[in-house]
Amino acid sequence: MAVLNEEQEMLRDMAREWATNESPVTEFRKVRASGEPEAFDRAAYATMAEMGWAGIIIPEEHGGSDFGFLSAGLVVEELGKTLTASPLIATTLAASAIMLGGSEEQKSKWLPKLASGEAIATLAIDEGPHHDPDTLEASVSGSKLTGTKAFVAEAHGADLFVVAAKDGLYLVEKGDGVTLTTRRLTDQRSHADIAFDGAAADKLANGGDDLLDKVLDRARVLTAAEMLGMAQIVFDTTLAYLKQRVQFNQVLSSFQALQHRMADLFADLAQMRSAVEAGLQAIDSGAGVSRAAIVAKAEANRVMHTMSNEGIQLHGGIGMTDEYDIGFYLKRARVLEAAWGTRSFLKNRFATLGGY
Amino acid sequence: MATQLEPEARDSVDVFREEVRQFIADNFPEELKGKGLSMAGAEGGAKETPAQQAWREAMGQRGWGTPTWPKEYGGGGLNRKQAAILNEELARAGAYNPIGGMGVMMFGPTLLEYGSEAQKQEHIPPICRGEIRWCQGYSEPNAGSDLANLQTMAEDKGDHYLVNGQKTWTSGGQWADKCFAIVRTDRSDKHKGISFLLIDMDSPGVEVRPITMISGTSPFCETFFTDVKVPKENLVGEEGQGWTIGKRLLQHERTNLSGAAPGGRSGASLADIAKKYGRVNKDGTLADPVLRDRIADFEIRWTSFLHTARRAVEESKAAGGVSEISSALKKLGTKMGQERAELTIKIMGLQGLGWEGDNFSPIELQGVRAWLYGKATTIYGGSTEIQNNVIAKRVLGMLDHQ
Ligand SMILES: Cc1cc2nc3c(=O)[nH]c(=O)nc-3n(C[C@H](O)[C@H](O)[C@H](O)COP(=O)(O)OP(=O)(O)OC[C@H]3O[C@@H](n4cnc5c(N)ncnc54)[C@H](O)[C@@H]3O)c2cc1C
Repeated sequence: MAVLNEEQEMLRDMAREWATNESPVTEFRKVRASGEPEAFDRAAYATMAEMGWAGIIIPEEHGGSDFGFLSAGLVVEELGKTLTASPLIATTLAASAIMLGGSEEQKSKWLPKLASGEAIATLAIDEGPHHDPDTLEASVSGSKLTGTKAFVAEAHGADLFVVAAKDGLYLVEKGDGVTLTTRRLTDQRSHADIAFDGAAADKLANGGDDLLDKVLDRARVLTAAEMLGMAQIVFDTTLAYLKQRVQFNQVLSSFQALQHRMADLFADLAQMRSAVEAGLQAIDSGAGVSRAAIVAKAEANRVMHTMSNEGIQLHGGIGMTDEYDIGFYLKRARVLEAAWGTRSFLKNRFATLGGY
Repeated sequence: MATQLEPEARDSVDVFREEVRQFIADNFPEELKGKGLSMAGAEGGAKETPAQQAWREAMGQRGWGTPTWPKEYGGGGLNRKQAAILNEELARAGAYNPIGGMGVMMFGPTLLEYGSEAQKQEHIPPICRGEIRWCQGYSEPNAGSDLANLQTMAEDKGDHYLVNGQKTWTSGGQWADKCFAIVRTDRSDKHKGISFLLIDMDSPGVEVRPITMISGTSPFCETFFTDVKVPKENLVGEEGQGWTIGKRLLQHERTNLSGAAPGGRSGASLADIAKKYGRVNKDGTLADPVLRDRIADFEIRWTSFLHTARRAVEESKAAGGVSEISSALKKLGTKMGQERAELTIKIMGLQGLGWEGDNFSPIELQGVRAWLYGKATTIYGGSTEIQNNVIAKRVLGMLDHQ
């Protein structure tokens, strides 16, 4: 894994400890059982914000710690490991949009609130079940936004939406002209379709023509970081299971057929990790971001897909039960695979960027 | 292949076809047209509608739900040619065979081979009429792939066995009337200490606890046996012959399961689904070239799988035994079924990942559950890994590395 500085190591250890002790998968089960469309624990999010995680990428002058994306990725990875349900990624991405494209006024109005956890925000980009930022219909006239957005993650708890319209990104607050329809997906997290009907919209005017692309790059990488944590846990859990499960009077891990598959998964996971970390570092350095983001998400999609399937398979019958956690990773994996571009979408974009 | 039939034989074929058509016209309820037998018993908690019941009874009385089984036990007594005609005519009329489940798929054929006359008289007719549900008591917490490690004990008490132990992953256990189980009658020999026993699920001491699966349904159970009395006449074959009989049953299971992953065989083509959910160019081709590539790739391999399945059937018919490639079939078919289900939800995007709610169509919601349920197909009935071992050792003659 990437070489971390002392600050980053501390941050990672703190996140790991908190996730393991305070936010194990049983906490996600509680969220699921509650059936609330918001699908996260407000108290837990308040704690995360207190620990500074909501402001990791936000500049100090706006209440953040300015640690950058690699640091944000470390935290997100740890939270992915325990399937912690929170709007942390969504809020971080919205904050990055404001940082990239907002006026001073917009920044000082929103960033401190996002950093402190007082406000929650999310991106509302796609208008259908497939990620497709090239064919957006939502439009703004006279500072009023009209259009629909589909499958917006963490929409229920959001106070602020960063909405992609035909001519750029806009900030829209929850309230008049904003109607949510819950979409329950297999991962049982917060997703909603949103109808904007003349909602007051405030343009992020400073980010240039490719502001949406820049925001999407960040969304891809941070989502990939969550998947990395998930993949790591599925791998670790499966390996541990094979080391203790006895069949034919020996532990399963002594079977060559299984050893070879675990070796394949190990190599895949190593590749996924380097791709994700490279994506995070590219954002921090500002060089080659788009391509690095595509590689990160495409590799995350590929490896997590295999890992989530193999995780179930290698557990045998127990992996099929709702009581055992591994199925949650499979269900979350597919939702994240679809978010911000499937592997096909990303391959196509990679080729286009590469000029072929 | 052109089969030359004698004029007389051709007449009898036509007569039989006419008989089948008439039967379907008289008995198949119009409202069931185009519907299928959903998930053959495993998910069978739902109540039968009057039309479904009528159709099941009609087919059952005729013995045509189990067309090639002997007439004396309630089967159809048809030869292969006639059974094929029956299938053709059912399909032509949009009808289906309403009689299925584990009794038909695996237990019946095994009992016909190994059961006593009295056992066949008692158990086969209700299976042919679709009246009795059977479940499979094989797996235990510590006997999954290593099935012979089973510990459920049947103690000889003179006129009956006293059964104690636990089975798990018992599909349909909560709805089953009876269970065909393999149990231990002797602790001194791993394989020869196993016997094949039929247990009434409503016997005192049988307890069933459903387990929820990742697909949200509870089609399988933990089954506990505490001092369950089972009459001696419920032993199939000899005491200690259970492993041989049990393995034969598994062969029937595997043949039935190849390509059985939900969504693997039927439904709209992937290309049609893709056209419905994605963008299409003016000339009707898919706008997403990568998806188009993947669908074509899948369809080519799926076609060759179907060729392989047909070859396996033809080879085993010709050889009067199991084809060399039959072990590979379950592995290939279940894998491709899963791949198809994955591709289907991918084509639909997030619209194909719905868990519940009016804003998803029934097909979309079923697709998600079927995708998740389908993960089991490469685990049960001898997992893919076990199939690999079978191929390596029995087919390729490779050394046992364990
Ligand atoms: C939906 C469902 C329905 C079922 N219905 C029934 C039923 O009705 N009745 C019944 O009796 N059972 C049923 N089963 C049980 C099924 O047959 C077992 O799950 C299966 O035999 C695997 O056993 P296990 O779950 O203990 O996994 P394990 O045997 O623990 O296997 C775990 C993993 O290790 C692999 N593995 C094990 N041994 C080896 C080896 N030697 N070499 C390489 N890999 C190996 C397996 O392939 C698997 O991937 C059902 C299972 C499912 C999932």
